[in-house]
Amino acid sequence: MNIHEYQAKEILKNYGVAIQQGVVVESPEKATDAAKTLADQTGTGWFVVKAQIHAGGRGKGKVQETDSNGVVLAKSLEEVPEKVKNIIGGTLVTHQTGPQGKKVNKVLIAEDVYYPGESDPKEFYLSILLDRAKGCNVIMASTEGGMDIEEVAAATPEKIIKEWIDPGVGLQPFQARKVAFALGLEGKAMKEMVKFIFALYKAYESTDSSMFEINPVLKTSDDKILAVDAKVNLDENALYRHKDLAELRDITEEDPLEVEAGKNGLNYVKLDGNVGCMVNGAGLAMATMDIIKLSGGDPANFLDVGGGANAETVEAGFRIILKDPNVKAILINIFGGIVRCDRVASGVVEAYKNIGEINVPIIVRLQGTNAEEGAKIIEESGLQVTSAILLKDAAQKVKDVLS
Amino acid sequence: MSVLVNKDSKIIVQGFTGSEGTFHAEQMIAYGTNVVGGVTPGKGGQTHLGLPVFNTVRQAVTEAKADVSVIFVPPAFAADAIMEAADAGIKVIITITEGIPTKDMIMVKEYLSNKDVRMVGPNCPGVITPDEAKVGIMPGFIHRKGTIGIVSRSGTLTYEAVDQITKVGLGQSTCIGIGGDPIIGTTTKDAVQLLMEDPETEGIIMIGEIGGSMESEAAQWVKENATKPVVGFIAGQTAPPGRRMGHAGAIIGGADDTAEAKMRIMKECGVHVVESPADIGETMARVLGKEVVGS
Repeated sequence: MNIHEYQAKEILKNYGVAIQQGVVVESPEKATDAAKTLADQTGTGWFVVKAQIHAGGRGKGKVQETDSNGVVLAKSLEEVPEKVKNIIGGTLVTHQTGPQGKKVNKVLIAEDVYYPGESDPKEFYLSILLDRAKGCNVIMASTEGGMDIEEVAAATPEKIIKEWIDPGVGLQPFQARKVAFALGLEGKAMKEMVKFIFALYKAYESTDSSMFEINPVLKTSDDKILAVDAKVNLDENALYRHKDLAELRDITEEDPLEVEAGKNGLNYVKLDGNVGCMVNGAGLAMATMDIIKLSGGDPANFLDVGGGANAETVEAGFRIILKDPNVKAILINIFGGIVRCDRVASGVVEAYKNIGEINVPIIVRLQGTNAEEGAKIIEESGLQVTSAILLKDAAQKVKDVLS
Repeated sequence: MSVLVNKDSKIIVQGFTGSEGTFHAEQMIAYGTNVVGGVTPGKGGQTHLGLPVFNTVRQAVTEAKADVSVIFVPPAFAADAIMEAADAGIKVIITITEGIPTKDMIMVKEYLSNKDVRMVGPNCPGVITPDEAKVGIMPGFIHRKGTIGIVSRSGTLTYEAVDQITKVGLGQSTCIGIGGDPIIGTTTKDAVQLLMEDPETEGIIMIGEIGGSMESEAAQWVKENATKPVVGFIAGQTAPPGRRMGHAGAIIGGADDTAEAKMRIMKECGVHVVESPADIGETMARVLGKEVVGS
């Protein structure tokens, strides 16, 4: 589960990770008060106004309505309301949002941490994530702060430092020192970085996170180490033991169809294609999307109805797929194990009748338990539904309806 | 021969008296699997489905000589159940449970690392050796005893492959559902290796999906060690990056864990890669030079 920057920073702060302080606001009217409070707390005279959406690239991204960037600097308290107004309520388009962009409902007004001083401020990259192959967590760091880490990894892999954490003993001080020295830090800044890494790892473990990305981590001109941005991804399987974190979910950041599917116990991911699909099982669902592509179409969605496919879930699935205007055909692919195909077939027929007008061709492929009985129900229903037993027949039928 | 489970396996069900455990234990018994009992803490001494219920796995090992355990315990208690089985001396642990937190699995994997035990799963359909033992939730009737070993991260997609193999007249030696989570006990490479070393297996089907690097590692191993043909498929050629496709582990994080990249590496390593999941069975028959029976 993704959360906002301001929420992520709140979590970090609770575990003693030093952060760039800020106040979140939902309207421009509250901006001045928020900035004043922040100025009193931190002494900052400049303010960074940051759009809060679940996507990266905000700094370079543009708010469509006003042409403002998603992260801007206000060099006085007076400038803050205008800057906030140009972002809040607008649609921010970044390289991660897609061309439709994301609506900005909240902005974070943050202190300026790049103030001049004894040394130059320096940005770093730091993340904690799961190394699937090794079965343990890994800390990744780089001197190339503020950059896209995938680009750094591709162009200059030697600039990425990795420390794997032994699950038996946890993070050790020498590992944190190794990272700090490898980043070229010394003296107070080195010690601050060690403290920062320890607090960060503690936060990661305690919250059952699956990814922390702090980009950039800043060494200030007075040798403090701060998280200037924070991306936190929580393990959804562990939310049952973190009720407080589960509440951080912001459904306005999710596709409304995906939210609706979730309420019906369906696992749905909206895509851009023209052939909808409904499948039991995630692997078979992905394979069905691939079949659609090989048949000359493009999948309009991923939809796993799970192990309990019945009339209700099939109908809910239909309704969700049909809300997508791009859908020109629907392929239902069920491999019956515990799920009986005749029941799914009855569900299809029932859903079809309940929904009424369905103007796209439907191909139903049923295999496994009671597949033939299922096919018979479909054929005898008199509905405009084609049935198939073998996967390659289903593929051919998709090809036929698209041509 | 077969791998992991056979007619002599003495199987217990952890989470025996729960609804999932009961339903699937019944199905396993009906298939002819040698289920010797189950474990539900606090219900020891009772009889369930005509079999003894034990309080601890240790008792099941001592009294019923159990050597394989299949776990249906809910996610919050699953890690504990796996470690209990390993501590009691169970040799093969098959974890069906979906939704175990990753942190728990990191701990479990570490705990199992210095013990003589093999864990399959979690979030998997289980393992079946046709006509001998069905240890999991797969529909038994689609299988037919034969010589093709199947390794897969998915449930229903495995059934699809099984069905195709049965329909081309080959049948299966053992089918191993390794599971769709980011951290699993038996990797693609581990499972392929088991089947490569099994004298009854003539060909191996390896079904992967987007996310992680397991298929690439298995392919490298195949390149150096294969003594029998391997047919491979990767699901998710059309999946967008950064989105989780149902399975917790099915997410494209970078350029190396796309279906395209994995399929390329598999081809380079001599795996017979099929583009369409509809071609798995026929490709295996063709590679083995067998005549396709019906279709």
